[in-house]
Amino acid sequence: MHLSVSGVSKTFGSGSKAKHVLEDINLELDSGEFVALVGSSGSGKSTVMRLVAGLELPSSGTITVDGQPVKGPGSDRGMVFQKYSLYPWLSAAENVAFGMQLQGRPKREVNERTAYFLEVVGLSDAGRRLPRELSGGMQQRVAIARALAADPKVLLLDEPFGALDLQIRETMQEFLYQLWERTGLTALLITHDVEEALLLAQRVHIMAPRPGRIVRTVEGKLDRRDLSFLRLSAPFLELREELANYLRVLDSTMG
Amino acid sequence: MIGILAVLLAWQLVAASGLVDKLFLPSPEGVWRAGSEQYARGILIKDLLASVGRVGAGFALSAAVSLPIGIAMGCSRVICQLLEPLMGLIRYMPAPAFIPLLIIYFGLGEEPKVLLIFIGTVFFNTLMIMDSVKFVPSELRETALTLGGQGFQIVTKVVAPFIAPQVIDTYRINMASAWNLVIVAELVAANEGLGKRISLAQRFLKTDEIFLGLIVIGLIGLAIDLSFRLLMRRACPWAN
Ligand SMILES: Nc1ncnc2c1ncn2[C@@H]1O[C@H](COP(=O)(O)OP(=O)(O)OP(=O)(O)O)[C@@H](O)[C@H]1O
Ligand SMILES: [Mg+2]
Repeated sequence: MHLSVSGVSKTFGSGSKAKHVLEDINLELDSGEFVALVGSSGSGKSTVMRLVAGLELPSSGTITVDGQPVKGPGSDRGMVFQKYSLYPWLSAAENVAFGMQLQGRPKREVNERTAYFLEVVGLSDAGRRLPRELSGGMQQRVAIARALAADPKVLLLDEPFGALDLQIRETMQEFLYQLWERTGLTALLITHDVEEALLLAQRVHIMAPRPGRIVRTVEGKLDRRDLSFLRLSAPFLELREELANYLRVLDSTMG
Repeated sequence: MIGILAVLLAWQLVAASGLVDKLFLPSPEGVWRAGSEQYARGILIKDLLASVGRVGAGFALSAAVSLPIGIAMGCSRVICQLLEPLMGLIRYMPAPAFIPLLIIYFGLGEEPKVLLIFIGTVFFNTLMIMDSVKFVPSELRETALTLGGQGFQIVTKVVAPFIAPQVIDTYRINMASAWNLVIVAELVAANEGLGKRISLAQRFLKTDEIFLGLIVIGLIGLAIDLSFRLLMRRACPWAN
């Protein structure tokens, strides 16, 4: 799998109401990579993701998956949103099965894969519960399981833990990292949390606002064997501090 | 419940005191007697079935037509812009004003009554269903698209289940006007029905029968309301 975003710009609306949101975005993603996009609110992160998902079309530039231009949404690019991520009328297991049913997979396969992916996200016992009976963290795990069960080539995560409490967020970050190690998924993660990006991604793109563009790319060569240890290690803290400062400066000069 | 009992008691007291002419205020027993007599003669059940049948037919038609049109209007900007101004206008024409026209077109049979209920509820049903579609979070539709869902699947698998509770509630609310309209239609022209019975009772100054009619109509309305609430709890347990 190879995802390529090259020279992508996006303008919403036209004439006097035109809003230039993205300018010359370039990024590449290969199978098994975990890449993050960090930026302050309004820098256009979600728009990049929506373009990759095919939910919007670029004003100029191209987005390709394995050389094929993206023309619209499809199950090769799974997506997890921050809010309203589950269908409230379906149980956790039915949510996981939802995408596979849309694809028209045979019933037996759907059942097997549902059980498997619920197990992968550690929710085998919660399959029959409705979303409102699940905690925020569990809901996001179900949403991730549902995206993975549809067998995407790349998983697009738009601030998936943005609405969670700090403590649960840390647990979820570790969960996502282990999931990545275990299943070898390919992921593009959006966050405004520098720590989250550095912790999980091998490559972090930093975006500046108005218009949204990538201003810096960091290849974090960090020892990720123990995330809770890494969080507190000196090189990590140093890098995190530096990038957080960088973002602050960007914001104050751009705002 | 206590409120209803208190009103019954007050009614009984006032009627027994003889302060109000019996012609204006029949006693509860009087109404009960009128009821058992009508029941024994078979009129009560016949009237009831006639009215309920008309409401059932007219409203079922209205519900069946408004659901697809409401969803289509909610999902498609073009269809919405095409139909909304027209519906918004007709909605404000009082349905009973259509009665003369319906009688000219369809005579005095069942059709004009059923159609009156249809006309009187279909626009409200449609517009309320359309509004509920606009509240489907875009994330839910878009998630389905990124899971491989195609056009029409979004309607059947995402939009329809999401709005189900609001649709049931819409029907529950507009059922009340269906029930109003059937009485109006029967007051004007009918051979049987609860509204017809009331207008006959008026001619013979039988206030006890008028009271009976009003109470029966209220009770059926309440029963319909409760059944919709029950349906909601059964069909959409996730929405409570
Ligand atoms: N459909 C649209 N029409 C017009 N403007 C839009 C549209 N979508 C996004 N924008 C604008 O584009 C800019 C970037 O939005 P976007 O949601 O991509 O930012 P973001 O980095 O994801 O922000 P946040 O961290 O708040 O989620 C914002 O100014 C937003 O108002
Ligand atoms: Mg965003």
